[in-house]
Amino acid sequence: MLSGPPPPPPLLTLRRAAKNFGGVRALRGVDFDLQAGEVHALLGENGAGKSTLIKIITGAHQPDAGEIIVAGRSLTGLTPSLAQQLGIACIYQQPALFPDLTVAENIGLRLEPAGSMRRINWSQRRQRALELLARVGANLSPEAEVRTLSMPEQQLVEIACAVGAGARIVVMDEPTASLTSREQDRLFTVVRELRSSGVGIIYISHRLDEIFTLADRVTVLRDGESVGTQPVSAITHAGLIKLMVGREVDQLYPPTEFTGGEIVLELRNVGCAAAGVYNVSLAVRAGEVFGLAGLVGAGRSELARVLFGLTPADRGEILLCGKPITPRSPAEAVALGLAYVPEDRRRHGVVLELPIDQNITMAIHARLFPTAWLKLGTERKLALDFIRDLAVKCAGPQAPGGSLSGGNQQKVSLARWLATQPKILILDEPTQGVDVGAKSEIHRIIRQLAKAGLAVIMISSDLPEILGMSDRIGVMRGGKLTTILPGQSDAHAVMAAALGQELAKGAA
Amino acid sequence: MNRYFREISVTVALGLVLLVMAGFAPGFYQAQPLLSLITREAPTLVVMCGMALIIISRQIDISVGSQFSVCSIGAGLLAARGWPLVAVLPAAMMMGAAFGAFNGWLIAGLRLPSIVVTLATMVMLRQGLNLLQQGAFVNLPDGVQWFGLSQTVGQWTLVAAALSLLLACGLFMRHVAAGRWVYAVGTDAEAARLAGIRPHWVTFLVFVFVGALTGLAATMNLVQSPQIQPLVGSGLELKVIAAVVVGGVAISGGRGNVWGAFAGLLLLACVSPALTHLHVEAYWEKAIQGMIILLAVVADGLRQRGLKGGHG
Repeated sequence: MLSGPPPPPPLLTLRRAAKNFGGVRALRGVDFDLQAGEVHALLGENGAGKSTLIKIITGAHQPDAGEIIVAGRSLTGLTPSLAQQLGIACIYQQPALFPDLTVAENIGLRLEPAGSMRRINWSQRRQRALELLARVGANLSPEAEVRTLSMPEQQLVEIACAVGAGARIVVMDEPTASLTSREQDRLFTVVRELRSSGVGIIYISHRLDEIFTLADRVTVLRDGESVGTQPVSAITHAGLIKLMVGREVDQLYPPTEFTGGEIVLELRNVGCAAAGVYNVSLAVRAGEVFGLAGLVGAGRSELARVLFGLTPADRGEILLCGKPITPRSPAEAVALGLAYVPEDRRRHGVVLELPIDQNITMAIHARLFPTAWLKLGTERKLALDFIRDLAVKCAGPQAPGGSLSGGNQQKVSLARWLATQPKILILDEPTQGVDVGAKSEIHRIIRQLAKAGLAVIMISSDLPEILGMSDRIGVMRGGKLTTILPGQSDAHAVMAAALGQELAKGAA
Repeated sequence: MNRYFREISVTVALGLVLLVMAGFAPGFYQAQPLLSLITREAPTLVVMCGMALIIISRQIDISVGSQFSVCSIGAGLLAARGWPLVAVLPAAMMMGAAFGAFNGWLIAGLRLPSIVVTLATMVMLRQGLNLLQQGAFVNLPDGVQWFGLSQTVGQWTLVAAALSLLLACGLFMRHVAAGRWVYAVGTDAEAARLAGIRPHWVTFLVFVFVGALTGLAATMNLVQSPQIQPLVGSGLELKVIAAVVVGGVAISGGRGNVWGAFAGLLLLACVSPALTHLHVEAYWEKAIQGMIILLAVVADGLRQRGLKGGHG
């Protein structure tokens, strides 16, 4: 190396950046820096704080504490438009383009100056689009409607916009999640070209191989903290996994009392092409909590939706207490004794406008004959029983669902399904967005239900929760159930399976 | 805020209007004109019950006015051919139910937006009727008007029928599981589906129901006059939608009840005779009705914002 001027300042520096959402500490003082001409990978399990970090960099969120320095300038109050002016661009997994407009129109909308009455120079717009597309190596017509493009082609249009905007910092959020390997290679070429032109790239991916192929440095986030930034050349797969999970289960979980029971639900090679679930075989016993782990998009919720008849299985067999069943709609699934507490409780779990008692009895109306006379007193009593048993904090059974806190909404959602007296309870992220106190209460309830003989399938992205609650842990990846681990497994084994690393390799 | 704030406030407004009338225009309370007013509104009340369900389920049906016209003329022609009323009534209801089923099939089956579908069926039914009937009136045989009874008995029969239906709808929506499904589908169809309800069936059946009620209402209107003209029922859809909205049923679905809608209907229906008795120019009628509707919509908007702001 020449001994010349000191190295240029980083394109971007974050110092002790912190962000809270309500009581949840999403980021607790993260240091991060990005140099010109590097690919800096950002890695962490679900909920480690990657999205929050990205949103702070793109100006979508304001940090509660800490400093953002872009090109030597310390910024307070970074907004999305200021971020754009500073040359920060973000390419999301799902491109945010207008599907009914053409490529050139989309590029024009992003790059041309604002002004509602300004005249549009169509030939110039087209020319510019052609140039930018050529620069990112995209062989696309500027006149093509975006809806006719494939996902990777849309990504290239996004990248073209970023290049055209003169972006110096490009954030790529899991860009390869839906790409084939050939499309990946093309994307990598574009990323390398960007890097050699001096752009700094923040690259988020769950695929470790990609990080080793593409990245120069890697920063690992865990629980909203950075646990280290290292050059990729100085670290191994196993080392990375260890950084990602390296913590003990720090919360007390109620102990399991499961000793074995009848098989309640058995899946034999169940698949559903439309849902992206392939060849899943498993058996869940009465009294057992079966944890389903995996990364976001690994097919866990999709599997739950198959079981619940939302996207019916198109192959394989589902057996309930030994009898084959084919749930084709939630109504059928409920009648069979399945219950599904969905992930997005604000949207699909609790109906915010309806009072708590009606929310709780919603799924049992469906089992009654439609003309059944509802005894409001009975309904109220049922609601009061659940409110007491699950310790729902509310003004009363008539309070609207929307007046409750997240944890209490989750309990109401749970109560609705318990009211159906199911044989199998499928919980999708039961404690997501729930405060710590309510969380351990929900854990206690789950344990009690299992003890009472319910078979529980618990989907969770919270690794300690999976480890602390599950009697067995199924790990999904790419729509397949790849591994079933015993409940006493360590975090490392689960994470390795979720990331697709061989256990032997991971343990080495 | 009380859950029934909207219903209560409409009822209070109605009470105030009635009080003012008692004080300043006691002539309003003459028995026979008042009974006539209520009888004229009885068919509207029946259609309104159906519309309340439609809007609670987060749909809209603007074809009810045209359905009403077609059912009226259809029923009138059958009666003119000598069909007895006991046969005309189910025939008219089935005709309406068929129109409702067609709407419901397009909306729930093919997942088309209800505003466009019912706009199309509104125009189709109206123009089809004009084409066939060429504006001709249908003269009804003797014995149809007031069921062949005296006017007062006939009027009371109609009022009693409409009020019974209102009561039945009110109880159905509160105490019968299927009524709850209408609310559930209107607030959150996906949550309803996850709870094992079949939202598209609910939507379909609600449209069939409103169609059947429109047929019933057409028959109830038929017996009030010696002849029936093809323009009967034009503007009915706006009248019932206005009543339902004024009565506190949220246009975004999932909230409200037929009792509030009933109060809304009475409030709007009072405007015209009240003005007459207070010697205010009749031109004010529509303006005041418009203001009442606007006030209701603004109240709903504020309530929505309050709900979001409180827990968002």
